[in-house]
Amino acid sequence: MTIERSDVESIARLARLALSAEEMPQYVEGLARILGMVEQLKRADTAGVAPMAHPLPGQRARLRTDAVTEADQHELYQRNAPQVRSGLYLVPRVVE
Amino acid sequence: MTDLHLATVAQLSAQLQSGGVSSVELTRMLLARIEQHQRELNAFITVSAESALQEAARADERRRAGTAGPLTGIPIAHKDIFCTRGEKTTCGSRMLADFVSPYDATVVERLRAAGTVMLGKTNMDEFAMGSSNETSYFGPVRNPWNTSRVPGGSSGGSAVAVAARLAPAATATDTGGSIRQPAALCGVTGIKPTYGRVSRYGMIAFASSLDQGGLITQSAEDAALLLAEMAGFDARDSTSVEMPVPDYAAALEQPLKGLKIGVLREFFEGLDASIEPLIRAALALLHAQGAVIKEVSLPHLPLSVPTYYVVAPAECSSNLARFDGVRYGHRCEAPRDLTDLYERSRAQGFGAEVKRRIMVGTYVLSAGYYDAYYLKAQQVRELISRDFEQAFHEVDVLAGPTTPTAAFELGAKTHDPVTMYLNDIYTIGANLAGLPAISVPCGFVGGLPAGLQLIGPHFSEGRLLNVAHRYQRETDWHQRLPKGFV
Repeated sequence: MTIERSDVESIARLARLALSAEEMPQYVEGLARILGMVEQLKRADTAGVAPMAHPLPGQRARLRTDAVTEADQHELYQRNAPQVRSGLYLVPRVVE
Repeated sequence: MTDLHLATVAQLSAQLQSGGVSSVELTRMLLARIEQHQRELNAFITVSAESALQEAARADERRRAGTAGPLTGIPIAHKDIFCTRGEKTTCGSRMLADFVSPYDATVVERLRAAGTVMLGKTNMDEFAMGSSNETSYFGPVRNPWNTSRVPGGSSGGSAVAVAARLAPAATATDTGGSIRQPAALCGVTGIKPTYGRVSRYGMIAFASSLDQGGLITQSAEDAALLLAEMAGFDARDSTSVEMPVPDYAAALEQPLKGLKIGVLREFFEGLDASIEPLIRAALALLHAQGAVIKEVSLPHLPLSVPTYYVVAPAECSSNLARFDGVRYGHRCEAPRDLTDLYERSRAQGFGAEVKRRIMVGTYVLSAGYYDAYYLKAQQVRELISRDFEQAFHEVDVLAGPTTPTAAFELGAKTHDPVTMYLNDIYTIGANLAGLPAISVPCGFVGGLPAGLQLIGPHFSEGRLLNVAHRYQRETDWHQRLPKGFV
């Protein structure tokens, strides 16, 4: 498995992670090792095998009825927010 | 009883009931022990002394009022992955270092309703990603059997809290072995229930098709008492299974005569030569109680680790996308624009192992690679699951070691992620197939504990606890104490 620095840079962009130039070699090597180990999966004959959809046979994720069950607690929730004004989450300007 | 910190949950329950001790006395004594050993072991991220004493006082009032249950007043610790209302819930990460949960996880809520007292939140690998507790933002946890060794992970703090008798029991979670592996390395009992048995609501998500909440305790009997309160349907978790919870405690004494135990051939490959005789001796003991032992083979099991390291990172990359520095969690200083805010908040908030897994997951899910990695892994996962299903046509329970080696030195495996991942080689299979599994102490290698693992069919927790209990009735490995923590 060959992983290039440019591959890791593009994966980091997709994952929204700002990696520094100094830490890049560590991730190139780590990803190469992990994906190299994963190559073992090629040994398995999976022709005609349906991919597993749920760990319990016959189970599906349940859907709840489309009804309001939560009370409005935005003040409580926003206590954890980095920046809030007038009940709104603040982020850098998106549209100039 | 003078050494109350050594007592099991079952013994403490009797003591509280008879009035031999109050919950406040018990809580105060354990808080002092936690403080005494915190610097050396680092088992806790948060100690909630004040609220614990208030809860204990309320438990004692309930006791006086005659409305107490068997767990009322029992102090326990929660892994810091479970949300606790009004308390910090960090998940071992800088990302959530200051996060105060606005609500309780269902597990916390149920154990609170049963009257347990929360001593604090235990240390863990960051976002439960690790097998040594070395990825915690709050520093590594140390193994009380030898403080230069790791306790295992990711529930290292919970395992150490119980092993050093700082808490009689602790909650934990298991995605690829995070309950059983640290339980084995610390000489305590750890149960991972069936996928869907315990609610995941308020349990910070890592890999949602694998994560399951469970327990670390001194004994299978204690696990039975606590699991009965934790387990059961919860409408707030869409994967929670609607099925009644059996009386685990009532089934503990069931005789083992005729029980068919399958010994997993694949679990003896790569096993430390000094652990194998301990496992064989444990099997001989179960055989002497009437169990039938036969060897079984699960041909696809050796592919568990590569399968897991596609599925788990894929799900982690998706689950951890929510940490964007906007609504909660770490935010970087002076972001230039929204992309910069995301990228630097995430880069600063997550540690190296979490970033590595997010990137592996992003890669295997990216356009053009999905079929070769994720789809292929889910197909192999199906094959592994079928292997287990086949085996359970022949035997009732599968047995083998929990880990390939005893606890290793801190720092010994941090240089190479793949070497670290291989610690979970025997535990991952049960997660991939959604099966319940338990680890019980079965002896020592060079002064360090080893674990016997039992894996059962879906929803066979009662059977596993029964076999583990019968084993613990005949052995005292689970009662041994690390020197210096007596």
